[in-house]
Amino acid sequence: MVRVAVVGLGKMGLSHLAIIKAHPNVEVAAVCDAAGYVLDVLNKYTGVRTFTDYDAMLRDAELDAVIIATPSSMHGPMVRKALDQGLHVFCEKPFSVDSQEADELAALAVEKGVVNQVGYHYRFVGAFQEVKRLLELGAIGEVSHVLAEAYGPVVMRPKGSSWRTQRTAGGGCLYDYAAHPLNLLNWYLGMPHGVGGSILNSIFSKETDDEVFGTLYFDGGKSAQISVNWSDESYRKMSTKISIWGTTGRIIADRQEIQVYLRDTARIPDGYQLGWNVRNTTELTDEVWFYVRGEEYSAQLDYFVNCIAEKRLENVNSFTSAAETDKVIAMMIADAQKGASVGNDQVLSVAPTKKRGIFSFLQS
Amino acid sequence: MDKLLFGDNQFFGVNHMSEEKARSQAMRFQDINTVIEVLDNAYDEGIKTFMCTTHERIALVCDHMRANPERYADYQFFPCMPYAHKYANAMTDHGLLGAIKHFLPDEGFIDSAVRGGMSLAKKDIEGITTLLIDAEMKMFSGLQTPVIFLQNVVVDFLLGLGFNEAFRIFANHVKTRYGAEPGFITMNMPKLLDVLESLGIDNPIVCANINKVGFRMSGGFEAYERVLKEKKFRAIAMSVFASGAIPPKEAIEWVCQQPNIESIVFGASSRGNIHSTRELVDSYWPKKPV
Repeated sequence: MVRVAVVGLGKMGLSHLAIIKAHPNVEVAAVCDAAGYVLDVLNKYTGVRTFTDYDAMLRDAELDAVIIATPSSMHGPMVRKALDQGLHVFCEKPFSVDSQEADELAALAVEKGVVNQVGYHYRFVGAFQEVKRLLELGAIGEVSHVLAEAYGPVVMRPKGSSWRTQRTAGGGCLYDYAAHPLNLLNWYLGMPHGVGGSILNSIFSKETDDEVFGTLYFDGGKSAQISVNWSDESYRKMSTKISIWGTTGRIIADRQEIQVYLRDTARIPDGYQLGWNVRNTTELTDEVWFYVRGEEYSAQLDYFVNCIAEKRLENVNSFTSAAETDKVIAMMIADAQKGASVGNDQVLSVAPTKKRGIFSFLQS
Repeated sequence: MDKLLFGDNQFFGVNHMSEEKARSQAMRFQDINTVIEVLDNAYDEGIKTFMCTTHERIALVCDHMRANPERYADYQFFPCMPYAHKYANAMTDHGLLGAIKHFLPDEGFIDSAVRGGMSLAKKDIEGITTLLIDAEMKMFSGLQTPVIFLQNVVVDFLLGLGFNEAFRIFANHVKTRYGAEPGFITMNMPKLLDVLESLGIDNPIVCANINKVGFRMSGGFEAYERVLKEKKFRAIAMSVFASGAIPPKEAIEWVCQQPNIESIVFGASSRGNIHSTRELVDSYWPKKPV
């Protein structure tokens, strides 16, 4: 039995709690949240042991691992304390809003020899895993460009302030939404050596971004573009899509299916044919022991638990790999702040980050 | 329960295989009359039960049925609540408590205020839950709702948490207030059945993915086969085609051979598909003697 605590009971924390509590090899030894209300309800109806004080929980509850799902800016200090105690740590994404801290924590986790994982669940989606496999097989030859997109309905109107609406707290479309496709780009192409044309634009949010666009430059002339908008109500829920162009074919993938076009010059993988190929969830997804919101959520926690049980340290989504995504996020923020550049390296005098429409004065 | 129930996924941009297809269906069914036309097609094929979410656009369907009582005299709704995305998005916006408050009825009913307010203060889930059920049920007022379902995201979330009391509260309220039978949709049927049994919820109606390839049958194919054989419950099979992975004939033939299944719920957009599904079910699942 792995003794686990879940810290932070927002949407993700409760979801993790429901999934991990049903795991046959896990005992949820404690839950921790700053708000007593949810804790009291949970304790009253499910009997789980509760804490409002993280330090007290680390001291008093006998734990092997923690799942941290607090607001992003709190991740760093909490992860550090857990690592100092030698606990295995699963942390929600983005890993840290401070990319230097992310590197330090990644190094500390390695030094402590504990399992460390970040909740980039897309790496557990069958279709996105198949993309990785095909790229490694060289099925579409040399990749030249990737388009990574994510859209969904999160912020649809101006609204009050919470950590999700403040970039300094790790909220906003870049940290919350764009982090996923950026993480997939890291997985497929590695670290970019530069970014450009980054746009972090607000649509409804006052203190953070609602849409993110930009270009990432990789070794060998490869490039990627990212296009993300979490104020798009035409999508029922978050929808992420990856399109990849290679010298011998093209791949398009989302959570449900992968479409692959292979040219006659392609090295055709087993089960594939020339021209279009379509594979979808049913054949690409492994069953999970317990399902709540998608196999990938269960699969990533199952993987975490198995790594602990089997003492495996070669994690998918390790702190080290998540720190890369934090770094790309930091690069995009710096690039957007610099503003657009024009010919001869001149910088535009007015950075177009506050574009709010010509009638915006009527609303203020 | 009828042998064949009509589901609503196709109307609201839900397709487990293709986001493109989901989007084109969402566009097609933008006009509620197109939805009603398909429901009429199903009705004329003898499929008179609509198992639907409490998506706000279902209220328009309900209005239509209420406005034409003769045409739909024996029409039944099996509401599945809540429409989870509504709550999930609100939770991101307002937090857990904020989301609950957001959906509690606010018409100024003293009953609501007391039931909701007092319950929130006392951390008494019963009052809040029953109020939320009432809020979700409002759109079906005056229509036949003999079975009311708790939707799978919520069932499985509560099941995972071990929040078993909520199932009892739901079942009681649905029975006493609406004279309906409680139904539970799940992706984890064997585990849910154990819990319902332990709560004394007898012979429950449970809707789950039941298909030949084991798609989204968490707990494992064998466990599903076993509980279908051994447990006392009324199963409704959904995702019988595994979102198109199994050819229709093969899919229906297999499901019809399984014990303990009372109904199949399916979604279709064309008259042809509705007709052929009904014919397949009729041929593999001859009418049981009453």
